[in-house]
Amino acid sequence: MIEWLNSVRELFNHSTIQSFKIKPMDTVLGIDLPTWWFLLIGALISGYGILDGFDLGAGALHLFFRKEQSRRIALNAIGPVWDGNEVWLVIGAGALFAAFPLVYGTILSVFYLPFILFLVALIFRAISIEFRSKEPMHWWHQLWDVSYCVSSIVISLLLGLVLGNLIQGLPLTAKHEFVGRLRDFFNPYAGLIAITVLSLFMMHGAMYLLMKTEDRLYARLTIIANNTSKFFILCFIATSNATLIYVPHMTRIFKAHPELFVLPMGAVLIVLNIRRSIEKRQYRRGFISSSITTALLLILFAMGLYPNLVLSNMDPKGNISIYEAASSDNSLRTMLLFAAIGMPLVATYTVFMFWTFRGKVKLEEHSY
Amino acid sequence: MDNVELLSRIQFAFTIAFHYIYPPLSIGLGVCLVVMEGLFLKTKNKIYEELTRFWVRIFALIFGIGVATGIVMEFEFGTNWAVYSRYVGDIFGSALAAEGIFAFALESAFLGILLFGWNRVSPRVHFMATVLVALGSIFSALWIVVANSWQQTPSGYRIEGKGMQARAIVTNFWDMVFNPSSIDRYSHVLIGALLAGSFLVLSVSAWYILKKKYSLHAQAAFRIALWVAGVSALAQLFTGHRSAEVVTKYQPAKLATMEGHFDQSAPADMYLLGWVNAKEQKTSGLKIPGGLSFLVHQDFKAPIPGLNSFKPENRPTAINFVFQTYHLMVAIGMTLIALTWFGLFRLYRKKLFETRWLMQIFVFAVFLPQIANQVGWYTAEVGRQPWVVYGLLRTSDALSQAVKAEHVLASLILFTLIYVMLFGLFLYLLNKKIQHGPDVANNGETSSRMNPSFLPMIE
Ligand code: HDD
Ligand code: HEM
Ligand code: HEM
Repeated sequence: MIEWLNSVRELFNHSTIQSFKIKPMDTVLGIDLPTWWFLLIGALISGYGILDGFDLGAGALHLFFRKEQSRRIALNAIGPVWDGNEVWLVIGAGALFAAFPLVYGTILSVFYLPFILFLVALIFRAISIEFRSKEPMHWWHQLWDVSYCVSSIVISLLLGLVLGNLIQGLPLTAKHEFVGRLRDFFNPYAGLIAITVLSLFMMHGAMYLLMKTEDRLYARLTIIANNTSKFFILCFIATSNATLIYVPHMTRIFKAHPELFVLPMGAVLIVLNIRRSIEKRQYRRGFISSSITTALLLILFAMGLYPNLVLSNMDPKGNISIYEAASSDNSLRTMLLFAAIGMPLVATYTVFMFWTFRGKVKLEEHSY
Repeated sequence: MDNVELLSRIQFAFTIAFHYIYPPLSIGLGVCLVVMEGLFLKTKNKIYEELTRFWVRIFALIFGIGVATGIVMEFEFGTNWAVYSRYVGDIFGSALAAEGIFAFALESAFLGILLFGWNRVSPRVHFMATVLVALGSIFSALWIVVANSWQQTPSGYRIEGKGMQARAIVTNFWDMVFNPSSIDRYSHVLIGALLAGSFLVLSVSAWYILKKKYSLHAQAAFRIALWVAGVSALAQLFTGHRSAEVVTKYQPAKLATMEGHFDQSAPADMYLLGWVNAKEQKTSGLKIPGGLSFLVHQDFKAPIPGLNSFKPENRPTAINFVFQTYHLMVAIGMTLIALTWFGLFRLYRKKLFETRWLMQIFVFAVFLPQIANQVGWYTAEVGRQPWVVYGLLRTSDALSQAVKAEHVLASLILFTLIYVMLFGLFLYLLNKKIQHGPDVANNGETSSRMNPSFLPMIE
């Protein structure tokens, strides 16, 4: 593992980036601290994608359910857990702020309006879930159903757009000054990634709901899962090709280390396995596969990025590497200790929460 | 001040002030819930259970909006204050990350059990969830106040780099966490939250008592909350005094602003009420001559450095504003002490619930701690200007370089519209829940909750 990381670093050193020097650095278990945080933030974002991914997917599918009863069941399937899932975003963003403050400030301020829109959509999702059941009127339910569905879709698309732009690199000068325009944010490649993310979440959400529902809703969801998974596979193929053609820097690592090719191959196999599970109606298995898919796609992205966090598409000196952006070793080490204590706790709460609400949804008086 | 700066400051002030309506209620109510549910487990008295269930519903509403508006705050540091984020990331980021890992995760995971777990876990486990949610919110206040206190009184750091590349680096983590103001400010904030939560319970219960509805429940809740409020109000005077001492020592320009004291080295007065004319450098009003000198040095004649001993560019500009907000907070603090202890006295005389005028005051008193919490922060934050990190980084230097004024204007308008709507819905739904009242088992009221949307519909 360590040798491998070093070789990757060298690869970048020789080819594109001369701007950062590797200082002799503090290591923990042989891995330097910024790399630890790169891995940890990657894990947090994957956790968020897997957990909130199914909430967002369920939300995006919401208007496909026609009956009041079905909508309530779908809502209550995520009711007790979505807030805990969203916390992974809060922790991930906090960790990025703490470990790589330069990148936190750069990404958020460069994508100012998209992130504001993202926050607005998060507010609307939260209050739609919260407010929907508080009044009996039909129009009231309808209003919050639409708001819930639209905000879930907007959140998924914006996550995809940001990801798409980060994959391509941003117009940063050698001094990390942003010289792009808002318009550039909406480009075809980023749009494709956005749709891929949305389709992944919808499929993922459909399989989550299948594990939580029965009868008519279940029957309807089997069709939805089937269709969304087909759509996702189309997007997956398109994205893979577009990435190979238009953003070759993401694939450089595989040319240098052909043995790593197992990862994209693994992704393809897992995606095929989703289809197989859906055809065999083994939705739990399918759900696990789509969770792994989410994580694998992010890992592929991270491998294309490392040891940078933000790429410049103008000048390789404009890339922001983890070493340049990192907080002090002292701070990183303290926080690594926090993470070592805290993350097992967070994992325990998460498991306890899902275990408490296991099984099919039953509506009761406390339900939304 | 350019437009980006002005707009970003307005937006930050507006969004944090709005967020801060909810956290104190969540924290205070969380503690009240622990007491109520604990009493239920101990006494097995149904009333406490019904009370807990009722207040959990209100808690859920408040907490939900607190979460929705809190996420905005976290991201705003990056979107609007990118330079600030880079400058303090080493320090501030670790506090925020600790908050996420240790506090928010706890709150949110167990919130689900608190709200939906009634029939899924045993009463003991449910109580544990209540305790953990309350603890989580108390921890979350800890980390955010530590971060803010570091901004007020930085310590345990060194500065690395120069000019726009400069940043603060932690040299001693525990010095950073226990900087000179964090303990005093944390206790002050926490007790402010207890006051906010307990006064909400007092207000709603007083209203039921006046309307002669749910009297048993309301009186039980009123007693619990009155004790919490009475003890907190006294403690708040103490912690506020400690905070003032810290300000005196570490932020003399802020102290001079709080009392409108201009003279370089004259004894300072203490005002009960007043008005500052910053242009003519005159403060007039009802005062105790030399009062501030006495509080600081136990001597009515001791000189206190006034605003004129600081360079103009290092003084806060909104002097009268800070003066007024500070005095309003203190006045409310005194009122709360008087109100709660008079109430406790009437309780001891067993005449409390018959005193209608007092109940009427308690119905409206819910606004007092809310206002004090808000103006307390205005004092602390506006009084800190022009620094965002006291003595180190100016607010005007802390801005994002990549953001344009029209984008900030757009986001500010968006947030204003959404928050106004959110606040309206919040008040409407809160009122509805209060009108509905607790579900009381023995007089058939439970079924009234079964409105059509709760009945399974036939497909
Ligand atoms: C004294 C307490 C206090 C203060 C000063 C603040 N907050 Fe807050 N915040 C809380 C106390 C709190 C809380 C009690 O923990 C909340 C409010 C209600 C709730 O649901 O959790 C919360 C929610 C909350 C959330 C959502 C957490 C979740 O998903 O569960 C975030 C991300 C923040 N806050 C972030 C901030 C930031 C960045 C602040 C400063 C600028 C801030 N808060 C000020
Ligand atoms: C929750 C209660 C809080 C309230 C009501 C509050 C209030 C305010 C207000 C009114 C301003 C604007 C000051 C001005 O423009 O003159 C401000 C600025 C600011 N506050 Fe706070 N604040 C709170 C908590 C915090 C916390 C917890 C932090 C950080 C940990 C913080 C960090 C800042 C920063 C970075 C600014 C910069 C903008 C500026 O100074 O104008 N605030 N706050
Ligand atoms: C009883 C007399 C009180 C005194 C002498 C007092 C004193 C102070 C002082 C000096 C500060 C500024 C601290 C700083 O700038 O760092 C402050 C801030 C604050 N006060 Fe008070 N206060 C009192 C009552 C209250 C009450 C009743 C509440 C709320 C219910 C309250 C809530 C706050 C809050 C939220 C802050 C901002 C956070 C902080 O800086 O600690 N205060 N108070």
